[in-house]
Amino acid sequence: MSTTSPAGAVGRPLPRTEGEAKVAGHAPYAYEQPVRDPVYLHPVLSTVARGRVVAVETAEAQERPGVRVVLTHENAERLARTGDREFAVLQEPVIAFRGQIVAAVVAETPEEARYAASLVRVQERAEEHDVVLTQGHPRLYRPGEEAAPGADSEQGEPDAELERAEVVLDRTYRTPMEHNNPMEPHTSIALWEDSGQGHLTLYDSTQGPHTVRETLSGVFGLDPGQVRVVSPHVGGGFGSKGSPHAHNVLAVVAARALPGHGVKFALTRQQTFSLVGHRSPTIQRLRLGADRDGRLRAVVHDSEEHTSTVKEFAEQSAVCSRTMYAAPHRRSTHRLTALDVPIPFWMRAPGECPGMYASESAMDELAHELDMDPIELRERNEPERDPQSGRPWSDRSLLRCLREGAERFGWHGRDRRPRARREGDWWVGTGVAAAFYPHVVIPGSQARIEYASGCYTLRIGAADIGTGARTVLGQIAADALEVPVERVRVEIGDSSLPQASVAGGSSGTSSWGSAVVAAARAFTEEHGAAPGEGARAAATTPEETVAEDHAVYSFGAHFAEAWVNDDTGEVRVPRMYGLFSVGRVINPRTVRSQLIGGMVMGLSMALHEHSVVDERRGLVVNQDLAQYHVAANADVAGVQAEWLEQSDTRATPMGSRGAGEIGIVGTAAAVANAAHHATGVRVRELPLTPDRFLVETGP
Amino acid sequence: MEATITLHVDGYRRELTVDTRTTLLDALRDRLGEYSPKKGCDHGQCGACTVLADGRRILSCLALAVAQDGAHVTTAAGLAQGGGGPHRVTRAFLEHDAYQCGYCTPGQICSAVGALSELEAGMPSHATDHPDAPVRTTDAEIRERMSGNLCRCGAYPAIVAAVREAAQ
Ligand code: FES
Ligand code: FES
Repeated sequence: MSTTSPAGAVGRPLPRTEGEAKVAGHAPYAYEQPVRDPVYLHPVLSTVARGRVVAVETAEAQERPGVRVVLTHENAERLARTGDREFAVLQEPVIAFRGQIVAAVVAETPEEARYAASLVRVQERAEEHDVVLTQGHPRLYRPGEEAAPGADSEQGEPDAELERAEVVLDRTYRTPMEHNNPMEPHTSIALWEDSGQGHLTLYDSTQGPHTVRETLSGVFGLDPGQVRVVSPHVGGGFGSKGSPHAHNVLAVVAARALPGHGVKFALTRQQTFSLVGHRSPTIQRLRLGADRDGRLRAVVHDSEEHTSTVKEFAEQSAVCSRTMYAAPHRRSTHRLTALDVPIPFWMRAPGECPGMYASESAMDELAHELDMDPIELRERNEPERDPQSGRPWSDRSLLRCLREGAERFGWHGRDRRPRARREGDWWVGTGVAAAFYPHVVIPGSQARIEYASGCYTLRIGAADIGTGARTVLGQIAADALEVPVERVRVEIGDSSLPQASVAGGSSGTSSWGSAVVAAARAFTEEHGAAPGEGARAAATTPEETVAEDHAVYSFGAHFAEAWVNDDTGEVRVPRMYGLFSVGRVINPRTVRSQLIGGMVMGLSMALHEHSVVDERRGLVVNQDLAQYHVAANADVAGVQAEWLEQSDTRATPMGSRGAGEIGIVGTAAAVANAAHHATGVRVRELPLTPDRFLVETGP
Repeated sequence: MEATITLHVDGYRRELTVDTRTTLLDALRDRLGEYSPKKGCDHGQCGACTVLADGRRILSCLALAVAQDGAHVTTAAGLAQGGGGPHRVTRAFLEHDAYQCGYCTPGQICSAVGALSELEAGMPSHATDHPDAPVRTTDAEIRERMSGNLCRCGAYPAIVAAVREAAQ
């Protein structure tokens, strides 16, 4: 393809196609779609963490003016498929976590729906619950293949090697429960039309319209042709919108009870804390065995996490240790315990993000132990091939990222000793951490290109959750068709468009883009450079997109400068720098924003984020944005992201790899390492709140 | 209970009858179909619903519609289509890619316009050296004054750059 031609669209920092609509606020998100006869849904949630619904009194709510229906487990429709218990909404009087949907009101105004919901009396019988993940929890088990393929892995004799190693580091790191909190809370409008077989339209805030269509048609026993899911604009998701959740099912149940009405259901911020997923807390034990010169002999990474009793989900935190560094002996394990908590799910870089916090902290500790520069330690442990698969690397640029990043950040000449630099009341330090993210291409996406009146229309049911997908796919299509980008129109965000995989796992541009390139090739082959009116072609993401015989990953290096206040323990991070290897960058403007956005979220994880669970009541007590802190503007100062100019055609025909998640991987470790360098205090539990630094430090 | 009120939204006079429990945000969105201000939390904790009411930035989710009777409300939609083209803040946001998903953006832009007039009027903030010292438009001032507007996409560095440029 012609993506390397300097005149092409790929590689240019084009502004977002929908930019003007977004800055005006005109780009319609799910809730903002025009519908006939809207009605409003407000749910009633359980207030015990485990138990049963004994009775639901709805009379008072029902009598309110404007109330159209009150739904409970007694009158809600029986669903066709409830094998996935997350979707078994209002099917039985069982309570599996606090904040579960136990009833709902639909009314003519949102105020009335909300008020009437407060009048529904749900009598609950509480049973004993357990919501706290403890180390070595008595009910830990090895997760199933579906939740965690290859939950355990082992090479060589890690235990024996740990015994033998000259230097052994044995540390436990903890990350708390965290919530995605996209700024647009999850929202649906469901419209059921009764005529014929019936037809469902769902305007939904989702990362994958086709995923939602497929799931919901199964749950309701509908033909996928009876369901259309529309989501032209999505206000962020960070994983939490990567699958439908219980609220989608509830909206559809309500819509089917009120045919012809658009049932509008916007979760409140508080409700999102129990209904749309979260990151499980992790307790990770890292054991590193090394020679005196810093060569790793053994790496053992054991992660304990929680899941829900409703559905299994494993945060695969230890996977990173299978790939990052050379060591002849290694083991990684995952253990879950099913607690009476809401269902955990994807949150930006699930697995890699908490895992690399632990592993990159441990590497820093080992470097400190050996009195070695942490970059040098990583240089000594650079694997020639992927330790897990034995395959050669497609493009392992970790050392380049570390070395060139060090140059640009100003790492050299750093005094390794902690607590060596003080500015006024502040201890100042710098830290480094590596980043990696697997390259994922999901097969099965389809792109269709049609030519009319001088314009090429590209259609694919992809989702733009803020990534720039709409813009970037146009750039890819333009170059593959060898036409100016101004002549390409892109339609996405609708399940009536050709099938597209979910916007998740940093796979979007890679998966959809590969289909777009294939479609463009098919188009050119069939119609040449001067297509006739109405010419069209379609193609699917080729199975062999990613070179099978290579290990394909993105890499990066994070550098951070931390200031820790001597009196208060407050941590400030005035400077962060990330250098990444993500293959070819299709749009420098949107990719820079994504990488910086990931780093900012990583900083937020490092310093603020913590869903605090009340063990007696089973709820997250800080379930709003005043108490669940996410980084605000003043928390973020100099954040810079750059990348190596590269192209990896083993990854995709565009030469690109994913960039959505790598920005958050390793960031928290870089900050924690910098805070240690500043103060000499090693905090092994996130977030790095001030109290953790107000301890006596040794000499 | 219901009440009939008048709002001037982006230059248009709108009369509407609202439940007295209705917030300005819900009146704009659910009653008038003005979806430019967004709902991120409904509790005054995120800034997504920021609009200018009689020139000052307010959180429309914390304002009751009835209490705003007669107010001139400017949303980001109004700022984007001013007589002389889009507002300089709007343009700067586009130029700097100061957004990703765009959901916090209309609130950010209204807030920035409000913050710049507060700066111009010499109103001090937590980032000002001394309450009596002249207020200068530094990055620290911008960050501080824009901290009521959360952006989960993490566009803050670009937002600061955009506001800085618009201030010049
Ligand atoms: S919606 Fe008003 S501050 Fe969040
Ligand atoms: S642009 Fe997505 S929250 Fe700010």
